[in-house]
This record gives sequence, structure tokens and C-alpha cells, in this order.
Amino acid sequence: MIRNKQIVWVYIIFALTITKVYAAPLTIEITQGIENATPIAIVPFGIEGVAPPADLASIVSNDLERSGLFRPLPARDMLSKPKDVNNIKFQNWRLLDIEHLVVGTIRSTIDNRYEATFWITDVFKGQIPDKKYIVKGSKEGFRAIAHGVSDIIYKEITGVRGAFSTHLSYVTAKGVGKSRKYMLWTSDADNENALPIHTSFFPIMSPSWSPDGTKIAYSSLENNGSQLIIVQGVFDSTRITIGNSSLGLFGAPSWSPDGKQLAMHVIKDGNSEVYVINLATKKRRQLTRHWAIDTEPVWTPDGKSIIFTSDRGGRPQLYRMSAKGGRAERLTFEGKENSRAAISPDGKLVAMAHRGNGKFQIAVMELESRNLRVLTDGALDESPSFASNGSMIIYATTVGERGVLATVSVDGQFRQKLSSQDDVREPAWSPFNKK
Amino acid sequence: MKIMTKISLVLIPAMFLIVGCGSKGEVKEETPAMEPAAEETMPAEPVKEEVVEVAPEPVDPLDDPNSMLSQRIVYFDFDSSTVREDALPIIKAHADYLASNSGVNITLEGHCDERGTREYNIALGERRADAVRRLLIANGVSSNQIRPISYGEERPAMLGHNESAWSANRRAEFTYANR
Repeated sequence: MIRNKQIVWVYIIFALTITKVYAAPLTIEITQGIENATPIAIVPFGIEGVAPPADLASIVSNDLERSGLFRPLPARDMLSKPKDVNNIKFQNWRLLDIEHLVVGTIRSTIDNRYEATFWITDVFKGQIPDKKYIVKGSKEGFRAIAHGVSDIIYKEITGVRGAFSTHLSYVTAKGVGKSRKYMLWTSDADNENALPIHTSFFPIMSPSWSPDGTKIAYSSLENNGSQLIIVQGVFDSTRITIGNSSLGLFGAPSWSPDGKQLAMHVIKDGNSEVYVINLATKKRRQLTRHWAIDTEPVWTPDGKSIIFTSDRGGRPQLYRMSAKGGRAERLTFEGKENSRAAISPDGKLVAMAHRGNGKFQIAVMELESRNLRVLTDGALDESPSFASNGSMIIYATTVGERGVLATVSVDGQFRQKLSSQDDVREPAWSPFNKK
Repeated sequence: MKIMTKISLVLIPAMFLIVGCGSKGEVKEETPAMEPAAEETMPAEPVKEEVVEVAPEPVDPLDDPNSMLSQRIVYFDFDSSTVREDALPIIKAHADYLASNSGVNITLEGHCDERGTREYNIALGERRADAVRRLLIANGVSSNQIRPISYGEERPAMLGHNESAWSANRRAEFTYANR
């Protein structure tokens, strides 16, 4: 029985990608876990009406496990599987050292939609919570309902917004020689629902999500040896091309926080400079003026500064300058090389490809203290990209001759590999959904 | 003998023209430009065997395996676009050839090893191609004859995560048109 004073939170999930679903090319394998992950149990949800297309509780368990912060109890180890918050025997769960218990039901509605109703309980308090959550969505977007449930649980327990409903983009390469094929993909954050959005016989690089998550900018080498930037719709087929082979090579695109401008490199006569282009007026302005290579610009979240890679000091290092132009200040001094910056959503951390002991590894530096921490242990780790909640970094690494994607928590404690059949590189984590 | 040679010189290109025309119709037009070109198939009708003797044509120095011009790749040090001393005679040979054959065009491809980030390597590959381009121009080649491009680390000559693969991949390649 639901008590009267219970607060009900209703979330409606809009699944945006209801197109042909391809077999997901990635599977996820945890390579380094956290000892003190919170034990949690997501009890299989009760079912009312038409059975749902997937097991909601297992999707949620996998989400939480991938965050590195939780250790979900496998359903087979559960002593009981209550569907209602009033039927929980808390002492049973205390015996299993479970700290949080999630119970609920999934109900089909007449319009072919589903509604998940659930409670998050604190096992040690042993009280029935005064909050009940409802997440609604379509049958086609059923996994999105589950990710919505994961987001709520994560927020309720950690206080930080979950990023399970966000998306990934990455590039795969397949085949050899001139028939080598490059594909740009989008997928859910757990790499389900992977969709190819662009295919080319020439390399695709640097996918970057627009702040509203509706477009991806990337750079593409073309058959005439030029490099162009393409701005492509994620949910529609719109495509804008930026660049012109007579003006140079256009690459390394990065969105301004307001989504109105792109920072990029333009390489002309062997010299790479950072430019900013206004997407509405198509006007571009030059930010750097130096004979060295200046590339890989990224905006700080306040839109005021741009951090970029430059070898003006001899080797590639990170520099920062005002988005209006002016003097550049060198940010990194530790390690022989530091390049390809990514900035955390709160603007406090810079992730980079760091070459210290001869290997390229992902490091993060606190902008304020300039403390640098190496997070990964690969030999050729690159292309870091932050999750929208700042909790994790996705990056490209190698296994044998193949490129694979991996994630690492920002404290470096939790790592996992996303293995695949193809050569995978250039990951980009999407911003939060605006809906 | 002299007459036969003359006939052969006229006939052989003519035959190629016919062959070329005949095969054109058989090649599918739908082949995307970026896929490897389908091999041209010879037409079924037999080519008339009227001429047997072929005059020895003068060898283009580009085709002479003993010429310095047969070397089409110069190598670079790690993260450097400075032309190495061992590359200078090669570049000089190509410069001399191009300067005296102003109708010949080349593409200069700059490449990098896998270390360093991809976009940075696009810039570095372009800088390598440009370094060679400048030397060619300084030696009398017209800038219209040279098209510098960069593949960054995307087209390695040798696979592998070791110094021998890396040093083979840090390069600029001369590609002559139609060869």
C-alpha cells in the first residue's frame, strides 16, 4: 500500500533513436575494480500486463556496475525478490551486506508504452521511503526507461546526476589498403543501439557533440588530400561542410558552449593555426599566430578561454588563451608531451594524452593547483572525453594491433575496456539530454 | 627495319587507343571513386598480330631503377619536420627532374608514426610535406607542380608498435601523376 504522504516523481523518457538497430559492436569488460564499491540490489521488477522487451533490472545493474561506484548483487544470489516496498524483509538484505535495495514494477499501458514504478530503500535504516519514482517511455525506447531508472538511483545515492542516458560517438576502421572503411557511430552510453551515421573510405577524426546533443562535428580527410569539417545531424540527415581545399586543411573541431561557434585548426602551407568560425555568419577569425603547430582547441565551459595543443616550446604541450585572442599561457610542464585536451564539465580538470615515460597515457590536471595525475597504464592511450557528469573519461587505447575504447573514473581507480571486432578510436561522450 | 619501327611506333599507340575504347564500355561506371579501380578487362576480339618488332624506347629516368629518382620516400626523425641530410640527394634529384620537366606534377604525402594525437599528426605530416616542397621550390621547381598533402598517422607503411615501424612511417612520399 502506498502511503498518502508519499512524494511521487514522474519522469517521461523520450527515446530519440527509433531507427534500424545494428548489432552493437562492443562488449564491456571491467579491467580494474574498486574495493569499496557500494553493494546494491536491484530486485527484478514485477511485471503487470504485457511483458517488456528486456530485463529492466539487469540493464540497471549493468549501468550501475559500469559506473564503478556500485557492486550490484546478481539476481540469483537474492534470497527473496519482493516487488512491493511493503514486503521487504530488511534483515535478509542486511545479512547480505546490501546497503541499498531497489524494488518496483513495470507496467504496460494501452498505448504500447511502459511505466516503471520503483522505490530506493536504505537497508540499514530499514524504513519504507517516502519517495516513489515513476519513469515512462515507449516500447521501442525501453532501454532508455532503464537508463532513466539508473540515473535516478545514481543521483539519489551519490548526489551526482547519472550519465546513463547519454550517448557515445566513435570511429571504427575495417579492412586494409584502399578498401579500408571508416565509420562514424553513435550509441547509447552502454554501447547498445549502435548506429553508423557516416561511412567513408578516408579517415574520420575528432567527433564532437554539439552542446544540445543534436549534431556532431568531425573532420574528414577527402580523396583529393584535403581535410574538411562536417557538421552532421544526429537525428536527421542534415550536413554542413566547413572548409575549402584552397584555404587549407580544416580539422579538430570543438563546439563553443553556446553551440554557435566552432574552434578548429586550419593548416596552410605547413602551418597549423587555431581559428574560430561562427556557424551562422560563416565568418572565421584567427586566434593563434605562430609558426609552430597549434591545434586541438577546446573551449572552457564558461566560453571564455580556449585550451589547445602547441609545439611552440619544442614538443607538444597544452596552452590556454582567451577565446577573443591574445597571449597564450603554457599550462603543462610535466612530461615530455601533452596534447589533445578535454575539459571536465565543471571546468576544473583538463584531461590529456600525456607522454611521461615514453608511453602515451591519459592524465588529468587540476587547473587551479596544476596537479597532474596519470590515470591509465596503456602504451598508446589518447583522445580523452569526459562523461557529462564528470565522473568518468572515455579514451582510445590499443590491444595488440587493434584500437579499443576504455573508460576510467576521474580518480583513476576504476577502469574498463569496451572490446570490439573492429579497430575503434576517437570516442566522444555526449552532453546530457536536454529533455 | 627502319620502316617497321616507324610502323610499330604508329600502330602500337593506335592499338592501345582501340583497346582503350573497347574496354571503356565494359567497365562499370558505378564504381565509387574511392574504391580500387576495377581491373580493365581486355576485349574478346583478338588483336591483329601485324607488328612484331618494337623499337627500344628511351628510358624515362623515372623508370630507371638505378636512378636516384627511383627513391620516392624520405624519412624524418620523431616529431620533427626537419629534412634529414640523407634525404637531400633524393630531394635534389627529384627537384632537377621536375625543374627540367615542367609538365610533370607530383603529390607530396606527409606521414607520421602512430605516436602523438591524430590531428596533431595531420599538422605534422603537412609540415613534413611542406618542408620537402620548400626545398623543391628552392631548387627550381614551380609550386604549381607540387601538391602537398598529409595523411597524419592514418596510412602507416609498416604496422607495429616499435621503433622500426615508427621510423618507417615518419616519411614524405613523392607520387608522380599517372604512375
